Amino acid sequence: MADPRSLELKLESKVDSVDAAELIVQGLAREAGHPEDEIDHLGMAVRESMVNAVTHGNGYSAEKWVYFSARVEKDGGLRVGIRDEGEGFEPRGVPDPTAPENLLKTSGRGLLLMRALVDEFSVERAEPRGMQVTMFKKGPGAKRG
Amino acid sequence: MSLNVGVREVDGVTIVDLAGRITLGDASSGKLRETVREILGKGAKKVILNLGDVSYIDSSGLGELVSTYTTASNQGAKVKLLNVQKKVQDLLQITKLYTVFDTFDNEADAVLSFS
Repeated sequence: MADPRSLELKLESKVDSVDAAELIVQGLAREAGHPEDEIDHLGMAVRESMVNAVTHGNGYSAEKWVYFSARVEKDGGLRVGIRDEGEGFEPRGVPDPTAPENLLKTSGRGLLLMRALVDEFSVERAEPRGMQVTMFKKGPGAKRG
Repeated sequence: MSLNVGVREVDGVTIVDLAGRITLGDASSGKLRETVREILGKGAKKVILNLGDVSYIDSSGLGELVSTYTTASNQGAKVKLLNVQKKVQDLLQITKLYTVFDTFDNEADAVLSFS
Protein backbone atom coordinates (compact mmCIF):
# COMPACT_ATOMS: atom_id res chain seq x y z
CA MET A 1 0.00 0.00 0.00
CA ALA A 2 1.34 3.43 -0.90
CA ASP A 3 2.24 5.91 1.81
CA PRO A 4 0.38 9.21 1.78
CA ARG A 5 2.51 11.68 -0.10
CA SER A 6 1.96 15.03 -1.67
CA LEU A 7 3.71 17.65 -3.71
CA GLU A 8 3.04 21.24 -4.71
CA LEU A 9 4.62 22.96 -7.68
CA LYS A 10 4.53 26.42 -9.21
CA LEU A 11 4.76 25.90 -12.95
CA GLU A 12 5.45 28.29 -15.81
CA SER A 13 2.71 28.93 -18.35
CA LYS A 14 4.34 26.79 -21.04
CA VAL A 15 3.54 23.63 -22.93
CA ASP A 16 6.51 22.01 -21.16
CA SER A 17 4.59 22.38 -17.89
CA VAL A 18 1.67 20.47 -19.40
CA ASP A 19 3.95 17.57 -20.28
CA ALA A 20 5.65 17.71 -16.85
CA ALA A 21 2.39 17.64 -14.88
CA GLU A 22 1.09 14.73 -16.95
CA LEU A 23 4.29 12.73 -16.42
CA ILE A 24 4.35 13.44 -12.67
CA VAL A 25 0.78 12.29 -12.18
CA GLN A 26 1.26 9.21 -14.32
CA GLY A 27 4.37 8.35 -12.27
CA LEU A 28 2.50 8.75 -8.97
CA ALA A 29 -0.43 6.70 -10.22
CA ARG A 30 1.87 3.94 -11.46
CA GLU A 31 3.71 3.85 -8.11
CA ALA A 32 0.36 3.66 -6.33
CA GLY A 33 -0.54 0.59 -8.35
CA HIS A 34 -3.20 1.97 -10.70
CA PRO A 35 -3.81 -0.09 -13.85
CA GLU A 36 -2.41 1.30 -17.10
CA ASP A 37 -5.74 2.35 -18.60
CA GLU A 38 -6.59 4.33 -15.45
CA ILE A 39 -3.14 5.92 -15.52
CA ASP A 40 -3.79 6.98 -19.12
CA HIS A 41 -7.16 8.47 -18.18
CA LEU A 42 -5.79 10.40 -15.23
CA GLY A 43 -2.83 11.62 -17.27
CA MET A 44 -5.12 12.85 -20.00
CA ALA A 45 -7.46 14.61 -17.54
CA VAL A 46 -4.48 16.40 -15.99
CA ARG A 47 -3.17 17.26 -19.43
CA GLU A 48 -6.50 18.80 -20.46
CA SER A 49 -6.68 20.83 -17.27
CA MET A 50 -3.09 22.03 -17.64
CA VAL A 51 -3.71 22.98 -21.28
CA ASN A 52 -6.70 25.07 -20.17
CA ALA A 53 -4.68 26.72 -17.41
CA VAL A 54 -1.65 27.49 -19.59
CA THR A 55 -3.49 28.57 -22.75
CA HIS A 56 -7.01 29.85 -21.92
CA GLY A 57 -6.33 30.83 -18.31
CA ASN A 58 -2.84 32.31 -18.30
CA GLY A 59 -2.53 32.90 -22.03
CA TYR A 60 1.10 31.66 -21.97
CA SER A 61 1.97 34.75 -19.89
CA ALA A 62 5.44 34.70 -18.33
CA GLU A 63 3.96 36.67 -15.45
CA LYS A 64 1.31 34.14 -14.53
CA TRP A 65 1.81 30.76 -12.88
CA VAL A 66 0.01 27.47 -12.70
CA TYR A 67 -0.24 26.07 -9.18
CA PHE A 68 -0.19 22.29 -9.31
CA SER A 69 -0.68 19.91 -6.42
CA ALA A 70 -0.94 16.14 -6.18
CA ARG A 71 -1.59 13.93 -3.20
CA VAL A 72 -1.55 10.16 -3.03
CA GLU A 73 -3.84 8.82 -0.31
CA LYS A 74 -3.25 5.73 1.80
CA ASP A 75 -5.34 3.53 -0.46
CA GLY A 76 -3.63 4.88 -3.58
CA GLY A 77 -6.40 7.36 -4.41
CA LEU A 78 -4.94 10.38 -6.19
CA ARG A 79 -6.14 13.95 -5.76
CA VAL A 80 -4.85 16.61 -8.14
CA GLY A 81 -5.34 20.37 -7.99
CA ILE A 82 -4.60 22.84 -10.78
CA ARG A 83 -5.08 26.58 -10.42
CA ASP A 84 -4.37 29.31 -12.94
CA GLU A 85 -4.18 33.08 -12.64
CA GLY A 86 -6.40 34.02 -15.56
CA GLU A 87 -9.62 35.99 -15.74
CA GLY A 88 -11.67 32.89 -15.00
CA PHE A 89 -14.91 31.82 -16.61
CA GLU A 90 -18.36 30.60 -15.71
CA PRO A 91 -18.24 26.79 -16.01
CA ARG A 92 -22.01 26.56 -16.51
CA GLY A 93 -21.64 28.89 -19.48
CA VAL A 94 -19.46 26.44 -21.42
CA PRO A 95 -21.45 25.05 -24.37
CA ASP A 96 -22.04 21.30 -24.53
CA PRO A 97 -19.53 20.09 -27.14
CA THR A 98 -21.65 17.02 -27.85
CA ALA A 99 -24.68 19.09 -28.93
CA PRO A 100 -25.23 18.68 -32.68
CA GLU A 101 -24.57 22.37 -33.36
CA ASN A 102 -21.18 22.14 -31.58
CA LEU A 103 -19.92 18.80 -32.86
CA LEU A 104 -17.83 20.34 -35.63
CA LYS A 105 -16.17 22.94 -33.44
CA THR A 106 -12.43 22.51 -33.18
CA SER A 107 -12.22 23.24 -29.45
CA GLY A 108 -14.26 23.13 -26.24
CA ARG A 109 -13.96 19.43 -25.39
CA GLY A 110 -11.49 19.68 -22.51
CA LEU A 111 -13.95 19.93 -19.60
CA LEU A 112 -16.06 17.12 -21.02
CA LEU A 113 -13.03 14.82 -21.22
CA MET A 114 -11.83 15.71 -17.71
CA ARG A 115 -15.23 14.95 -16.20
CA ALA A 116 -15.42 11.64 -18.04
CA LEU A 117 -11.92 10.43 -17.21
CA VAL A 118 -11.75 10.82 -13.42
CA ASP A 119 -14.00 9.73 -10.53
CA GLU A 120 -14.57 13.19 -9.05
CA PHE A 121 -14.18 16.53 -10.74
CA SER A 122 -14.83 20.13 -9.84
CA VAL A 123 -14.02 23.47 -11.41
CA GLU A 124 -14.69 26.78 -9.70
CA ARG A 125 -13.49 30.34 -9.52
CA ALA A 126 -10.39 30.72 -7.36
CA GLU A 127 -9.49 33.60 -5.04
CA PRO A 128 -8.17 36.15 -5.82
CA ARG A 129 -8.43 35.19 -9.49
CA GLY A 130 -8.31 32.32 -11.95
CA MET A 131 -9.90 28.90 -11.87
CA GLN A 132 -9.32 26.00 -9.52
CA VAL A 133 -9.74 22.48 -10.87
CA THR A 134 -9.77 19.53 -8.49
CA MET A 135 -9.89 15.94 -9.64
CA PHE A 136 -9.77 12.63 -7.85
CA LYS A 137 -9.08 9.10 -9.01
CA LYS A 138 -10.05 6.34 -6.62
CA GLY A 139 -7.37 3.96 -5.36
CA PRO A 140 -6.73 0.83 -7.40
CA GLY A 141 -8.56 -1.35 -4.86
CA ALA A 142 -11.59 0.92 -4.52
CA LYS A 143 -14.92 -0.21 -5.89
CA ARG A 144 -15.98 1.85 -8.86
CA GLY A 145 -19.55 3.08 -8.91
CA MET B 1 7.18 11.54 -29.33
CA SER B 2 6.21 13.59 -32.35
CA LEU B 3 3.95 12.66 -35.21
CA ASN B 4 5.21 10.88 -38.31
CA VAL B 5 3.13 11.27 -41.43
CA GLY B 6 3.24 9.18 -44.61
CA VAL B 7 1.01 9.49 -47.67
CA ARG B 8 0.18 6.78 -50.20
CA GLU B 9 -2.56 6.07 -52.70
CA VAL B 10 -4.68 2.92 -53.05
CA ASP B 11 -7.26 2.67 -55.85
CA GLY B 12 -7.74 6.41 -56.06
CA VAL B 13 -8.00 6.84 -52.29
CA THR B 14 -5.34 8.86 -50.47
CA ILE B 15 -4.26 7.18 -47.26
CA VAL B 16 -2.46 9.25 -44.66
CA ASP B 17 -0.53 6.98 -42.28
CA LEU B 18 -0.03 8.65 -38.92
CA ALA B 19 2.26 7.42 -36.14
CA GLY B 20 2.86 8.99 -32.74
CA ARG B 21 0.88 11.54 -30.74
CA ILE B 22 -1.47 14.31 -31.86
CA THR B 23 -1.40 16.83 -29.05
CA LEU B 24 -1.08 20.53 -28.32
CA GLY B 25 2.28 22.11 -28.82
CA ASP B 26 4.49 19.41 -30.27
CA ALA B 27 3.99 20.49 -33.88
CA SER B 28 2.08 17.29 -34.60
CA SER B 29 -1.21 19.08 -35.20
CA GLY B 30 0.42 21.47 -37.64
CA LYS B 31 1.97 18.58 -39.51
CA LEU B 32 -1.38 16.85 -39.96
CA ARG B 33 -3.09 20.05 -41.09
CA GLU B 34 -0.30 20.85 -43.55
CA THR B 35 -0.33 17.35 -45.04
CA VAL B 36 -4.08 17.35 -45.51
CA ARG B 37 -4.00 20.83 -47.04
CA GLU B 38 -1.38 19.62 -49.52
CA ILE B 39 -3.26 16.54 -50.63
CA LEU B 40 -6.53 18.43 -50.93
CA GLY B 41 -4.64 21.03 -52.97
CA LYS B 42 -3.63 18.26 -55.34
CA GLY B 43 -7.28 17.41 -55.83
CA ALA B 44 -7.75 14.43 -53.49
CA LYS B 45 -11.43 13.81 -52.76
CA LYS B 46 -11.22 10.51 -50.89
CA VAL B 47 -9.02 10.59 -47.82
CA ILE B 48 -8.38 8.01 -45.11
CA LEU B 49 -6.52 8.89 -41.93
CA ASN B 50 -4.85 5.71 -40.70
CA LEU B 51 -4.59 6.09 -36.92
CA GLY B 52 -3.26 2.57 -36.33
CA ASP B 53 -0.02 3.83 -34.84
CA VAL B 54 -1.43 6.88 -33.09
CA SER B 55 -1.07 6.08 -29.43
CA TYR B 56 -2.44 9.29 -27.99
CA ILE B 57 -4.71 12.17 -28.92
CA ASP B 58 -5.77 15.01 -26.62
CA SER B 59 -8.63 17.47 -27.11
CA SER B 60 -6.39 19.65 -29.28
CA GLY B 61 -5.72 16.61 -31.45
CA LEU B 62 -9.43 15.84 -31.65
CA GLY B 63 -9.90 19.44 -32.75
CA GLU B 64 -7.37 18.84 -35.51
CA LEU B 65 -9.27 15.77 -36.71
CA VAL B 66 -12.46 17.84 -36.83
CA SER B 67 -10.64 20.64 -38.63
CA THR B 68 -9.38 18.12 -41.19
CA TYR B 69 -12.91 16.84 -41.67
CA THR B 70 -14.46 20.27 -42.18
CA THR B 71 -11.64 21.54 -44.41
CA ALA B 72 -12.07 18.49 -46.62
CA SER B 73 -15.88 18.80 -46.66
CA ASN B 74 -15.62 22.43 -47.70
CA GLN B 75 -13.60 21.29 -50.69
CA GLY B 76 -15.96 18.51 -51.64
CA ALA B 77 -13.75 15.80 -50.15
CA LYS B 78 -14.52 13.13 -47.58
CA VAL B 79 -12.32 12.02 -44.67
CA LYS B 80 -12.68 8.64 -42.96
CA LEU B 81 -10.75 7.03 -40.12
CA LEU B 82 -8.95 3.68 -40.15
CA ASN B 83 -7.58 1.48 -37.34
CA VAL B 84 -8.64 3.69 -34.47
CA GLN B 85 -7.05 2.36 -31.27
CA LYS B 86 -9.23 1.71 -28.25
CA LYS B 87 -7.92 4.70 -26.32
CA VAL B 88 -8.81 7.03 -29.17
CA GLN B 89 -12.10 5.23 -29.78
CA ASP B 90 -13.05 5.93 -26.16
CA LEU B 91 -12.48 9.64 -26.77
CA LEU B 92 -14.59 9.57 -29.94
CA GLN B 93 -17.36 7.99 -27.85
CA ILE B 94 -17.14 10.49 -25.01
CA THR B 95 -17.16 13.44 -27.40
CA LYS B 96 -19.73 11.83 -29.75
CA LEU B 97 -17.35 12.43 -32.64
CA TYR B 98 -18.05 8.85 -33.66
CA THR B 99 -21.25 10.30 -35.15
CA VAL B 100 -19.14 12.53 -37.41
CA PHE B 101 -16.48 10.12 -38.65
CA ASP B 102 -16.92 6.89 -40.54
CA THR B 103 -14.42 4.48 -38.98
CA PHE B 104 -13.03 1.19 -40.27
CA ASP B 105 -10.87 -1.60 -38.87
CA ASN B 106 -9.86 -2.88 -42.27
CA GLU B 107 -8.11 -0.91 -44.98
CA ALA B 108 -9.72 -2.73 -47.88
CA ASP B 109 -13.19 -2.04 -46.48
CA ALA B 110 -12.31 1.60 -45.92
CA VAL B 111 -11.10 1.99 -49.51
CA LEU B 112 -14.14 0.16 -50.89
CA SER B 113 -16.51 2.37 -48.91
CA PHE B 114 -15.70 5.26 -51.23
CA SER B 115 -16.87 3.45 -54.34
